Amino acid sequence: MSKVRVLVGTKKGAFILTADGKRKDWKVSGPHFAGWEIYHVKGSAADPNRIYASQSSGWFGQIIQRSDDGGKTWNTPGSSPDELKSQGGMPKGESNKFVYAGEAGTHKWYDGSQHPWEFKRVWHLEPSPADPDTAYAGVEDAAIFKTTNGGKTWKELSGLRKAKGNLWQPGAGGMAVHTILLDPKNEKRIYVAISAGGCFRTDDSGKTWKPITRGLKSPYELPDPDAEVGHCVHRITLHPSRPDVLFMQKHWDVLRTDNAGEQWNEVSGNLPTDFGFPIDVNWNEPETIYVVPITSDSLHYPPEGKLRVYRSKTGGNEWEPLTKGLPQKDCYVNVLRDAMAVDQLDPCGIYFGTTGGQVYSSANGGNSWNAIVRDLPAVYSVEAQILP
Amino acid sequence: MIRVALPFHLRNLARVDGEVELEIANPVTLRAVLDALETRYPVLRGTIRDHGTLKRRPFVRFFACKEDLSLEPSETPLPDEVVSGAEPFLIVGAMAGG
Repeated sequence: MSKVRVLVGTKKGAFILTADGKRKDWKVSGPHFAGWEIYHVKGSAADPNRIYASQSSGWFGQIIQRSDDGGKTWNTPGSSPDELKSQGGMPKGESNKFVYAGEAGTHKWYDGSQHPWEFKRVWHLEPSPADPDTAYAGVEDAAIFKTTNGGKTWKELSGLRKAKGNLWQPGAGGMAVHTILLDPKNEKRIYVAISAGGCFRTDDSGKTWKPITRGLKSPYELPDPDAEVGHCVHRITLHPSRPDVLFMQKHWDVLRTDNAGEQWNEVSGNLPTDFGFPIDVNWNEPETIYVVPITSDSLHYPPEGKLRVYRSKTGGNEWEPLTKGLPQKDCYVNVLRDAMAVDQLDPCGIYFGTTGGQVYSSANGGNSWNAIVRDLPAVYSVEAQILP
Repeated sequence: MIRVALPFHLRNLARVDGEVELEIANPVTLRAVLDALETRYPVLRGTIRDHGTLKRRPFVRFFACKEDLSLEPSETPLPDEVVSGAEPFLIVGAMAGG
């Protein structure tokens, strides 16, 4: 029977949750990197035992960790004891060196002036589906980096910041590349989303990028109805069988595109509020999507204190609340943008973590939920892996 | 023998218990100690000083012999007590918030 491994990044460490395919009885491992902020942990589809983790702290900066044994042991790439025995060869201790290519340049600052780009941390790690040594990193201040040597060194794909980067302006949560989607049918196509920056696509492996925001409306943040950049995109997702169809949870509005971002259409429909952070697609049903409505940008908690996942089986517009097993009173947590994931079993497993430290799972496509753990630190990210 | 005391999280990162001992030729300066430390433990590169600029990270402090050396130039010689090993060179995570 298949096993499931859920990788959880939190404010104070990483946790690994494992279960068999029934997804009923879970083992909890961690905290790994105790006391550090873990923005994201993600495994490689090409080698499930290869896992990358982004570890950071306000004191000591960014660390990249890598496991080659499914999370049992970890090393900073290029700094393991074995690698340090050799002289020369690969650079040592540079797995956390994220330096913008060329002149770093400037972006728009809060007062309208230009401000130098400054690396702060890695928000998101996206391993290549084909090569465990290749991965992408989405960072704050917003940029995308790539490694082809298992995380030992990183190089910026600087064309992204040429897509009107001088007009990007940080929001209250910072300005970061928080989502990276690799097109499974076209290795040259990558989508990224940037909070308060927008949504972008490359069709040439990251050399050039263009904003894909036609159809997005952000009247409260962007008075210009035709603004190409500056939209506060909270999350985008796709189903690997249809990579031209993307779903988006924007600051306000849930949207979809059927042509790789050339045109977006709102599908918020009957949601109680269309503000929120995560959005994901059922592995077995490409038109079934999930969001977690949050009251507003002023009240980052669920409406009426009821934690509800909303599911649409029609690719949007028609939504149903999923509440069985979720708290329906006095619940004032948030669910962050990278804190929802699906597995590849049938029926599809759905997982999400909250700022209150709960990680909920559903083994039946969202019909009912159970808390795997209830008292972790605030959950930043959740990813799911299926193991043979 | 220079004794260097690392903060909790950097000890874990470098996988060391207690103090680190480094052999450093004279003159023993702030920079010489940090260079030697990062050579021995490359995993610490970027955690105490920025890559490239080698500027001290904002919330990292350097103490020795009850003196705060954080703002001293990198070529500042360390006190004799540190050079002789009588006193440790302290790398400290600054108090910064609750």
